Amino acid sequence: MNTQRSSVIPYPIARQPWGMLIPLFMLVAFGAAVLFSAAGGSMQPFASSHLVRFSVFLVMAMVIASLPRELVKFLTYPAYVIVLVMLIAVEAMGALRGGSQRWLDLGFMVLQPSELMKPVIVVTLALFYSTLPISMVTNWRALFVPATMIALPMGLVLMQPDLGTSLAIAFGGGVVMLLAGLPWRWFVGAGLAAAAAAPVIFFVGLKEYQQRRVLTMFNPEEDALGAGYHITQSKIAIGSGGIFGKGFNNGSQSHLQYLPEPHTDFVFATMAEEWGLVGGLFVIAIFSLILRWGLNVARASRDRFASLLAAGMSATIFFYIAVNLMMVMGMAPVVGIPLPFMSHGGSSMLTNMICIGALMMVNRWNQNAPRGGFSST
Amino acid sequence: MKNWFSQRGLGGRAAHVNASTLKNTFDRRSMLIGTVQGGVALLLAVRMGYLAIAENEKYRLESESNRVNLSLIPPRRGWILDRNGAPLASNRADFRVDVIPDRLSEPDAMIDQIGTLLALEPDRIADLKQEVAVSSGYQPIEIASGLNYEQFAALSVRLPDMQGVVPQRGFSRFYPIGSSVGHLIGYVGPANAEEFAEEDRNPLLVTPGYKIGKDGLEKQFEQDLRGTPGARRVEVTASGRIIRDLETREDIQGNPVKLTIDGPLQDYASRRIGLESGSVVVMDCDTGDLLCMASMPSFDPNSFSDGIGSVEYAMLRDDERVPLRNKVLQGLYPPGSTIKPMHCMAFLEAGIDPEESIICGGGRRIGNRFFRCHSNHGRVDMNRAIAQSCDSYFYHFAQKVGFDKVAQMATRFGMGQQFPLPVNSQFYGTVPNPEWKEEKFGRSWEPYDTVNASIGQGYYLASPLQLAVQSARLATGKIVNPRLVMDGSSVNPVSYNFGDQEIAYIRQAMSDVVNGAGTARRARLPIEGIEMAGKTGTAQVVSLNISDGRSGPWKYRDHGLFVFFAPFDKPKYAGAVVIEHGGGSGSAYPIARDVMTFLFDPQKGLDALRALEKQWGGTAQERLEKRYAAYAAERGATVTPPPRRDEDIFDQVEAEARLAAMQSEAIADDVIVPREDQTASGSPPPDATLIPGLTGDRSGGAR
Repeated sequence: MNTQRSSVIPYPIARQPWGMLIPLFMLVAFGAAVLFSAAGGSMQPFASSHLVRFSVFLVMAMVIASLPRELVKFLTYPAYVIVLVMLIAVEAMGALRGGSQRWLDLGFMVLQPSELMKPVIVVTLALFYSTLPISMVTNWRALFVPATMIALPMGLVLMQPDLGTSLAIAFGGGVVMLLAGLPWRWFVGAGLAAAAAAPVIFFVGLKEYQQRRVLTMFNPEEDALGAGYHITQSKIAIGSGGIFGKGFNNGSQSHLQYLPEPHTDFVFATMAEEWGLVGGLFVIAIFSLILRWGLNVARASRDRFASLLAAGMSATIFFYIAVNLMMVMGMAPVVGIPLPFMSHGGSSMLTNMICIGALMMVNRWNQNAPRGGFSST
Repeated sequence: MKNWFSQRGLGGRAAHVNASTLKNTFDRRSMLIGTVQGGVALLLAVRMGYLAIAENEKYRLESESNRVNLSLIPPRRGWILDRNGAPLASNRADFRVDVIPDRLSEPDAMIDQIGTLLALEPDRIADLKQEVAVSSGYQPIEIASGLNYEQFAALSVRLPDMQGVVPQRGFSRFYPIGSSVGHLIGYVGPANAEEFAEEDRNPLLVTPGYKIGKDGLEKQFEQDLRGTPGARRVEVTASGRIIRDLETREDIQGNPVKLTIDGPLQDYASRRIGLESGSVVVMDCDTGDLLCMASMPSFDPNSFSDGIGSVEYAMLRDDERVPLRNKVLQGLYPPGSTIKPMHCMAFLEAGIDPEESIICGGGRRIGNRFFRCHSNHGRVDMNRAIAQSCDSYFYHFAQKVGFDKVAQMATRFGMGQQFPLPVNSQFYGTVPNPEWKEEKFGRSWEPYDTVNASIGQGYYLASPLQLAVQSARLATGKIVNPRLVMDGSSVNPVSYNFGDQEIAYIRQAMSDVVNGAGTARRARLPIEGIEMAGKTGTAQVVSLNISDGRSGPWKYRDHGLFVFFAPFDKPKYAGAVVIEHGGGSGSAYPIARDVMTFLFDPQKGLDALRALEKQWGGTAQERLEKRYAAYAAERGATVTPPPRRDEDIFDQVEAEARLAAMQSEAIADDVIVPREDQTASGSPPPDATLIPGLTGDRSGGAR
């Protein structure tokens, strides 16, 4: 990481993780091109705001990257509590207005607290495990407290109801717990419990439309005009693109509105229709580069907090990517998770850029703390 | 990696946990996560490759079928032409609107809305709702055709809010002489579910605006008339909005079908039947060309092609004169005396001398029983027997030569036969003989059977077409076969090899019926130099003690029949007129006279018809429309709806026609006391009087 660079390039620029940033810029630019096409060949309304948002959130990520470790640690628990309170506030406002609500109107912007919870839960758990005495890792308390920390926001988000986000929270938290060294059998046990509970959750916990989405995944063609419509049309878009695609701005599935949500959840299908397998592999490759960088940042860190934090952040990004791509290719139910850096939408861009910012922050910490020292907390 | 399982120790009781093992665990598990992520990436890449390469073909097709909407342009139907090339069925460009029930979210509300826009009649709206409710969903239902441009435009601008409503420019079938060709040509209508299934779900059949032949020649020549649909490929959005036209292929109009029918004659004959229920068949003696196959009253094929309305259907069903029955082919009547000339030919062939006479004496003793004649003719030879229609002569000679021989001759003349014509249904009728009776009723042939059959009564049944054919064959001495389509083939009828003298004798006798001292002297053509030959017939349908055949309930009155050919010495045209329950032959031969007059001198024929139509209250088409208006005003709301399938209507009609043909069979087991009545009954059929402003006067019958 900390390779010696030519002195021609100033250090503040040279120290940036260009190995991740350049692919990221390419991806965002590519995303903007796809959104340009999804808007019928126009920068408005998607592509320009996509780029603007990315620029703004990139600055935010830089700011996050410059945060000192102690400050982050200091702010972690208060942040968790604040986001939790915001989730409760959302719930309360929804109850007051009589209907579900996910947004909190702060006056100057509309905030979706469940999005914020995804990075926050990662930091919180990373902090928890890094402060937990090592000998207690196999203790039941090492499981109980974080499990509660995950369960509270998960429950609140499920009540919204937003299955996708609550799973994302669980996934990010779960990965941190796994990497924190908790015994395997707990995970195996949790997996078995989840498997046992799945039918109960399916029939009791899920709304009827959610049940249908899950069922549809197994046979989308059966209900091609109903719940399976999204998946079917998405597969048609991807499959019809072939190897080289139909060409920029020539996607009939998206342009003629057969593809639902061509600029948000199904942006990958929009892209694949016009750019084909080549474009798809390009996107997957870039995501692989970014995630590999993220994991390397985590592994390179000598600091338990930082490594857990970085791994959790990259897992959160990974979750978005994997679920979205599996969904558009008909391998997962339609859960309304956008594709990072390509989908149009402020909240997901915010979350993902927080994760990127956090990874850059850890990367900076790694550069500052030379390899070898396992700085204890 | 090889230590993978050792990390289990971490959770174990004896595990020693310290910072370095934790770091170790972290490294291993993060490696695992990285591997899993790589695996997922690989999985996604493979999946994508599978979709984009292996299933590319399939999805490209599906994408195209999404993008491109192929709509068929219904082909223009081939015309049906008369022998001179004038259209009997053509197409008229019009604006129309259909709905596709499957795509209507609220069918009733939508129909109400369209009904208001187009100002449809309330009973039409009720019919439509009923139709949509029971429809099979994907089949378009016609709301209205023949819209004017304003109506069409009013619908078109509201189209975005009217899912499932299809207004379009198209062609609709038009029958210029309307009800005159109803039974002959049939009509067109949207294909039903069965027809759609029969044609392997041919998408053309459910294309809005496309209609197939439902009856008559329209049905028979469906494949010829159909043509090739055009197609329009358009790019559409998911919501069905058309982005642009991609390609349009014009339709190819169906082939015309040219009939042997003479359009004006067909129309004239239909109108000339007037208030009566009956049929007129005229054919060309040389070729067998059917010039006219009129059956009245009839339905209006123009109106049927727009969909059969409840009120219209109820009116036609209620009419005792069965306007839905094609009486030329499905009307069976005892031929009565009209077959006497043909029986004479049988006698001649059996070696009877035409000069051989009998004494009539008001009847004739056959075996030990006396059978009555309708009159006392005194001394009767063959000529007189035909001209005066003496029954005794036929009792005697039929008994003498044996009815078997007579029946054979009748069969050779086409009685009890079907002809190779492109029609949907053709009734055989009956030529009774001993074997037939034994087989059908298990009873042996009695002398009175011979007596009854010898004068065309008893079990004898013939259709007007058969009567016309036997008349043409008798006139020419050749096996003239009826022909309905001009297919360009030359016809050379085979001769029966009767003696010229024999043929001339019969011709003369039949001429005497009209032009001599015969039973139909008023049938003489008002044209110099053209003499018509003919034979009257009066067919009893009930026994004497129920009705005298002239008055009383309409359905008990005698049928009036007349067969004819002209000119008598060089026959060119032959035909038959049958008037159901006309009260006697006097109802039939004036019609034959006027039809033949029209054939030779159209102006003279038309003059006669116009005078009559003034009395009747307009042409057949006008009367049908008036009758409909009166019926609708009277019974509008309380009518029974028509059967779901048009085919059911005509199946029912055919079944009833078979039943009706058995009416005269009921009295066949008894001796018929014949009567030769030249005058028609005094009043028109009951249903004919429903026309407003029409009195019961019917001087048209015997002028």
